[in-house]
Amino acid sequence: MKTLLGTKLGMTQYFDADGTVVRCTVIQAGPCVVTQKKTVDTDGYAATQIAFGDVKAKRLNKPLLGHLKKAGVTPKRHLMEVRGEDELTVGQSVTVDIFAPGDKVKVTGVSKGKGFQGVMKRHGFAGGPAYHGAHFHRAPGSIGASADPSRVYPGTRLPGQMGNVQVTQTGLTVVQTDPDKNLVLVKGAIPGSKGSLVVIRG
Amino acid sequence: MGVIEEFERAQLREIPVFKSGDTVRVHFKVIEGTRERIQVFQGFCISRSGQGARETFTVRKQSFGVGVERTFPVHSPKIDKIEVIAIGDVARAKLYYLRDKLGKKARVKEKRI
Repeated sequence: MKTLLGTKLGMTQYFDADGTVVRCTVIQAGPCVVTQKKTVDTDGYAATQIAFGDVKAKRLNKPLLGHLKKAGVTPKRHLMEVRGEDELTVGQSVTVDIFAPGDKVKVTGVSKGKGFQGVMKRHGFAGGPAYHGAHFHRAPGSIGASADPSRVYPGTRLPGQMGNVQVTQTGLTVVQTDPDKNLVLVKGAIPGSKGSLVVIRG
Repeated sequence: MGVIEEFERAQLREIPVFKSGDTVRVHFKVIEGTRERIQVFQGFCISRSGQGARETFTVRKQSFGVGVERTFPVHSPKIDKIEVIAIGDVARAKLYYLRDKLGKKARVKEKRI
């Protein structure tokens, strides 16, 4: 199971062996604790549940506290299920050791919310001329034909909520790990704001 | 101190004190195939931008009558050394006005100590 929950700390850069600048994102990842093992016999599918992020006991409700107590785990903020079989047992912790520099990973997070945006920002439409007497500036323009089809096709790009959706960035490379500080550095940018929850998958 | 600040602080190198207006000689390591040699770039430092390990500086010089600018990361390991040749007497931090000047006017007054 090559999955870790973490917090995005922000972006920085460093100089690699030949002195080239590498832009990277620092993620405080794990340690995650296994809280439950689901098996085909008992649950109909195989999965491992992991928990991340310490939290005060009073912040959680009783059912969740009871669930964590059964696993012998201190109160945690985030729980996640990873499908598939693996050798982990309940109570075991997963750390950044599962990743090594050079690994290709996917990072999932919730992108920064931009609110309700027009088509120029949301979909990159060109818009119209700013001056010379133009009356067409940032509007979407035509969104379809006339009596046929008499409707707007589904999927037509229109204004609406932009950002604040789950985004997965694939093809990222792990460039460094720090087992002492529980850090994973991935090359490039990842979705979300600083301090937001992210999932790193191998 | 935050994790990122700590990470960046570890990359800082010893560099001489210089600011924009100063004449600097930058010894830059160039790799040609398997051979490594040092290239020297001398000119006025016209700006320093950013801070910590991300800081960069721009050097401008006249080469055969053509203005040439190069921007270096201050703490790059590719920089062998930086020599400060002269200290300039300037009134601003960014000397972009030098780009519009030609000949004698494209100079920086030297500071008399």
